[in-house]
Amino acid sequence: MIGSVELNLRETELCLGLPGGDTVAPVTGNKRGFSETVDLKLNLNNEPENKEGSTTLDSKEKSSCSKDPAKPPAKAQVVGWPPVRSYRKNVMVSCQKASSGPEAAAFVKVSMDGAPYLRKVDLRMYKSYDELSTALSNMFSSFTMGKYGGEEGMIDFMNERKLMDLVNSWDYVPSYEDKDGDWMLVGDVPWPMFVDTCKRLRLMKGSDAIGLAPRAMEKCKSRA
Amino acid sequence: MTRDRSEMSEDDDDQQSQSQSPPLDLRSAAIAEPCSSSSSSFSVVDSTPNKSRNCISSGTLTSQPFPDHVLENVLENVLQFLDSRCDRNAASLVCKSWWRVEASTRSEVFIGNCYALSPSRLTQRFKRVSSLVLKGKPRFADFNLMPPDWGANFAPWVSTMAKAYPWLEKVDLKRMFVTDDDLALLAESFPGFKELILVCCEGFGTSGIAIVANKCRKLKVLDLIESEVTDDEVDWISCFPEDVTCLESLAFDCVEAPINFKALEGLVARSPCLKKLRLNRFVSLVELHRLLLGAPQLTSLGTGSFSHDEEPQSEQEPDYAAAFRACKSVVCLSGFRELMPEYLPAIYPVCANLTSLNFSYANISPDMFKPIIHNCHKLQVFWALDSICDEGLQAVAETCKELRELRIFPFDPREDSEGPVSEVGLQAISEGCRKLESILYFCQRMTNAAVIAMSENCPELTVFRLCIMGRHRPDHVTGKPMDEGFGAIVKNCKKLTRLAVSGLLTDQAFRYMGEYGKLVRTLSVAFAGDSDMALRHVLEGCPRLQKLEIRDSPFGDAALRSGMHRYYNMRFVWMSACSLTRGCCKDIARAMPNLVVEVIGSDDDDDNRDYVETLYMYRSLDGPRKDAPKFVAIL
Repeated sequence: MIGSVELNLRETELCLGLPGGDTVAPVTGNKRGFSETVDLKLNLNNEPENKEGSTTLDSKEKSSCSKDPAKPPAKAQVVGWPPVRSYRKNVMVSCQKASSGPEAAAFVKVSMDGAPYLRKVDLRMYKSYDELSTALSNMFSSFTMGKYGGEEGMIDFMNERKLMDLVNSWDYVPSYEDKDGDWMLVGDVPWPMFVDTCKRLRLMKGSDAIGLAPRAMEKCKSRA
Repeated sequence: MTRDRSEMSEDDDDQQSQSQSPPLDLRSAAIAEPCSSSSSSFSVVDSTPNKSRNCISSGTLTSQPFPDHVLENVLENVLQFLDSRCDRNAASLVCKSWWRVEASTRSEVFIGNCYALSPSRLTQRFKRVSSLVLKGKPRFADFNLMPPDWGANFAPWVSTMAKAYPWLEKVDLKRMFVTDDDLALLAESFPGFKELILVCCEGFGTSGIAIVANKCRKLKVLDLIESEVTDDEVDWISCFPEDVTCLESLAFDCVEAPINFKALEGLVARSPCLKKLRLNRFVSLVELHRLLLGAPQLTSLGTGSFSHDEEPQSEQEPDYAAAFRACKSVVCLSGFRELMPEYLPAIYPVCANLTSLNFSYANISPDMFKPIIHNCHKLQVFWALDSICDEGLQAVAETCKELRELRIFPFDPREDSEGPVSEVGLQAISEGCRKLESILYFCQRMTNAAVIAMSENCPELTVFRLCIMGRHRPDHVTGKPMDEGFGAIVKNCKKLTRLAVSGLLTDQAFRYMGEYGKLVRTLSVAFAGDSDMALRHVLEGCPRLQKLEIRDSPFGDAALRSGMHRYYNMRFVWMSACSLTRGCCKDIARAMPNLVVEVIGSDDDDDNRDYVETLYMYRSLDGPRKDAPKFVAIL
């Protein structure tokens, strides 16, 4: 259910800038800095040093929390937490008489290449790619393996030459499996559409993402 | 004092038997187990292992004198006065003769875990059962921590009982999967059937309910509580027989389907014994008004939507307050599913009599709330949303001196939401409601001081469940972990049987729990602890622990192994997203043959072989179940 957001197909056209629509001109063939299009940075190297030396995910979150008392980072909305029955949650939604009507949760599995286990997130808990990005980076922050600084986390996959340079890179590219079973790059479509079509998320190693870009482009073009 | 708990049971787990032993004595005559005094497998009263009480070994049987029929008859007449299952379990262990007589006179059976034994074992041992209470899925399944279709099917139970207990009168299920066919079989097989209670169940729809309504002519109780009922577009209300009914309780507030109001009105009119009526949100305020005028004898009312769809009538609106005034017997009020707050004052006339009030589906602000609660002097059970704020809780504390149970749910159940209630509200309640026995409190901010205050002010607490919604949140004033607060609860609340913890907790908190939680039967842990030692403290302490549910905590194999001496004496252990390996779980499964060790994966199983996403293990007399879906591996 997209709700009150109009499905503006123009938004699915390939262009510079954020999916929100404050872009300038539609583009073909121009470089698109991924970090501009989607602010989905996995700041894997930004976690402060953990004094306890524990390697669990939870303690990492603990330490990052206590370092920033003013505003704790948006936490990944974990499955089944807080422990409120879905029955009750559904009733609350319907009794709020929200314009979009009761929405079922959109749980998708998130895997990260090299991580020993998967996580699950409810996409409806987030309002934008930004929020999802922060949530995912908190979730997987314990698997810091990146050799690169957090800022350059996302690769510019439109530039094939640079891609080749990053074959052995540890950087992660978020991709998702859509309703048709195709693997797409995150960030191409407006957020509500993404929530509806995303079935599964995978944080791929940069090297694996090379082949993804052209298909993503084709798919977007066919949608426009 | 009898409190109307059955109305609002959400997580209530056998509150009556708090200091009592595990329910069903699972031993049958066939099992002659060596029974050491320290670990009495499946034996019942685990409080004082009575060394002089022998297990039924084969030695005793052969040396027993010829059974005295007279004695058995006397015994039968005496034992039928025993109601409490704890007493019955104890009596059944005295000797074989007592076991036999007890089994033939037990009419109410409670089974806390439907997989602990097979239906045929039940019917072989107990021959005259008229009432069954059966529980299925573990509680954490409510929070999407388990894929659907895990099991807990009612089908094998109903089909076995259909042949064995044609006189069955009552079935009370919690977290079971019940199909329409099951309901049909139930309706057809038990001509004297009187009470059907389905709590947190699913798998059936209005067509199944229609069959029960139609065929169970002696039906007194039809309570559907927080269950998922599919809308088969069947007018089930019209399926009740047309003559006068025996109905005493009809609760369908969870049925998400419109109902035929005219038929409901007619049903209520021909149900003179009706005392409890809980309407769903498809019953409007105007319709409620009409029902109330026709049923002033009600004691418990679920008010439906408490709103209306169309614009208010241009003519005079019904006098809702007058209708409530006529209901002199109403002591329990709930509903308000789509509350229009301007109509709330209509309930003023009943407030002074209320012992139970459930506002937990209504977004009520403090200003709306305070005038109402100031009339509710007799209130004992109160459920609400945190929208009433600390201010509202202070009002409760000022007025409701008889309060026994409080539940505050989050209006916005997300981790990062604004928290309108805090330690201020908790502190106020602890000072005003000294008789408090049970609390469930969702908040975003809490302090040790307030929790400690509650532990000191409310010595009658048996259930303390605090959910600080942000994970790992410390005391927001001192920045310290919440160890001391929960420590005080286990130390000072000597009657505590159920505890749920949250916030930032170190191993120290668990040290307190293990040492002081002498009567704790149920413990829920999430995102807590630093190391295996935490879990070990609990498993090596807490002598009465029966139900342990843990998620997302750093407990591993060593901790799990440390509890092997007691898993047979527990109902279940749930651990998800901890640090367990499959190898360790296999070891435990091998070492403890009467323990069913389920490893539950996500929908596809290949991804992570050795890591155990979810462990659910429980004792069972009849070995592993045969109906496990493919994502469940029974080790």
